[in-house]
Amino acid sequence: MNLLKLSWKYLVAKPLNTTLNILLLALGLAIITVLLLMQDQFENKMSKDAVGIDLVVGAKGSPLQLVLSSVYHIDFPTGNIDLEEAIGVSKNRLIKNTIPLGMGDNYQGFRIVGTNHDYLDLYDVSFASGSPWNLPFEVVIGHDVAAKLGLKVGDAFVGSHGISSASHDHDEHDYVISGVLEKQGIVVDQLILTSIESVWYTHDEEHDHGLMEKAVATTGFPETTEPREITSLLVQYRNPIAAVQLPRFINSRSSLQAASPSFEISRLFELLGIGVTLVQGLAVIIIVISGLGIFIALYNSLKERKYDLAVMRTIGASKGQLFRHILLEGVLLTFLGGLVGLLIGHLFLLILVLNYDQGAIAGLRADVFLVEELYLVFFAVLIGVLASLLPAWNAYRTDIAKQLTK
Amino acid sequence: MLLAKSIYFKYEKLLPFNLPELDLNPCDELLILGKSGSGKTTLLHILGGLLKPQSGKVVIDGTDIYSLRGNALDKFRGQNIGIIFQKPHILSALTVMENLQIANFFVGKNTQNTIEINLEELGIADKKSAKLDTLSEGEAQRVSIARALANEPKVILADEPTASLDDENAEKVIRLLKAQAKRLQAILIVVTHDQRVKNHIANQVTIGEVYR
Repeated sequence: MNLLKLSWKYLVAKPLNTTLNILLLALGLAIITVLLLMQDQFENKMSKDAVGIDLVVGAKGSPLQLVLSSVYHIDFPTGNIDLEEAIGVSKNRLIKNTIPLGMGDNYQGFRIVGTNHDYLDLYDVSFASGSPWNLPFEVVIGHDVAAKLGLKVGDAFVGSHGISSASHDHDEHDYVISGVLEKQGIVVDQLILTSIESVWYTHDEEHDHGLMEKAVATTGFPETTEPREITSLLVQYRNPIAAVQLPRFINSRSSLQAASPSFEISRLFELLGIGVTLVQGLAVIIIVISGLGIFIALYNSLKERKYDLAVMRTIGASKGQLFRHILLEGVLLTFLGGLVGLLIGHLFLLILVLNYDQGAIAGLRADVFLVEELYLVFFAVLIGVLASLLPAWNAYRTDIAKQLTK
Repeated sequence: MLLAKSIYFKYEKLLPFNLPELDLNPCDELLILGKSGSGKTTLLHILGGLLKPQSGKVVIDGTDIYSLRGNALDKFRGQNIGIIFQKPHILSALTVMENLQIANFFVGKNTQNTIEINLEELGIADKKSAKLDTLSEGEAQRVSIARALANEPKVILADEPTASLDDENAEKVIRLLKAQAKRLQAILIVVTHDQRVKNHIANQVTIGEVYR
């Protein structure tokens, strides 16, 4: 027997009350845990996906939409831009390198993105098997695509028009998988990458079979004799001055639009921030109420237990021991609440991730633990101390003789 | 061994109690009789270190217990004084065995053997892991006796231990108290107005003459 066990016995003696208090606190902490996990991983993922991309150039429209569609591949593209114009912009002396993107198709909901090998270098990808594409209609698929659809090198499939599933199929030409990427933990896990040429040819009415055998451009823009379009350009600046001059230049002097991923994403987080703050506030209120609940439960149980406490004193318990006995009860309760809260939080995220295997939620992990979660448990214990301080003090002051003669 | 000297105690707005001088040795038995309101329980609380008198002193085993402060008094009580109340007061969240072990824990003793023997002798060994609500009145009272004896006290104080028991159980309890006090060579003080107890303890003192 010791004080911890004694406090535990008293908690177990009131299972319903104890469970309710633990669950209420756990609920509040679970909400905060999910927010913490999502915020951390979103920001992490967002900044990893945008690494090396200083500017996105595309058709006029919402700059946020342009960034979301071209960098994170979650929203719809703003439209297409003329190839000639894109090449013109890319010759600007403030630009170090550009990567063209051509979008418009998907396979089973995974986006087919036409680009060149610079895109692979940008994210420094490594191949699980196979090699980059060299001919039209050769594709490289991300790890998640391979895992979820069970595809491997050499497999062929037919893309569908549109960037989300369930629209008409391009049945004229099969895509053939030339390579599968290893897990990168970034957006490419969810993509099917191919050459710009593949995207063009799949939308052509007539097929020139000579072109199909010709190697595609691995860097820069593909050569073409026809007027062609691409979706957007990923731009790397040559020097810091570009950040000041280039967006203004493109936005004012051409029919194109330039958007900075870092600026647009911080704007997005600002917008989301209000919602996050609201949910956080709700969680804090739940936690405060649960703290109050624990306080009231201890305070009320003390009325019934004054007799028990007096008896403990007669068999040798000191005032300090009774104080610690009640304090431990509150701490034990909130410590358990903290642990259960973390568990529920991770479980909730796991369910969320399992249910959304594509889009923004995909790629989040439920089995990641943050240092902040330790602080949460510590915070929970602190609430336990606060809630049980007054009841513990009352236990400390119990007048034995008066209690026993009642 | 146990000395109670010129104890004066008075509740607010009431007349002071007339409390006897006591001088007892190990193995002594004493029955304190009196009407209700005569101060029997108050005296017992004073002897047990639960209630500090306004003046006078209680000396147990050479220690003036009210010269002890805070924790020291609690520990001294836990180690040397076993108190049995009119109602059993078993800690409701704990089993019978845990009720006895917690007494050990509070004073830092381990008398597991004594506890087992006591339970055996009190006839409640089979109730070790039972909780309060499954015990009969008589059994509960015997558990409270076992708990009072768990730390092998030098003084056993019993406040109306038989009041809520039937004849048979009352007889049993008083015999057990006497036997256990003998075994521990402890002083046994029983406070009662129960006529059934009178025949068992010869040494008696009656209180209740209030100062007029």
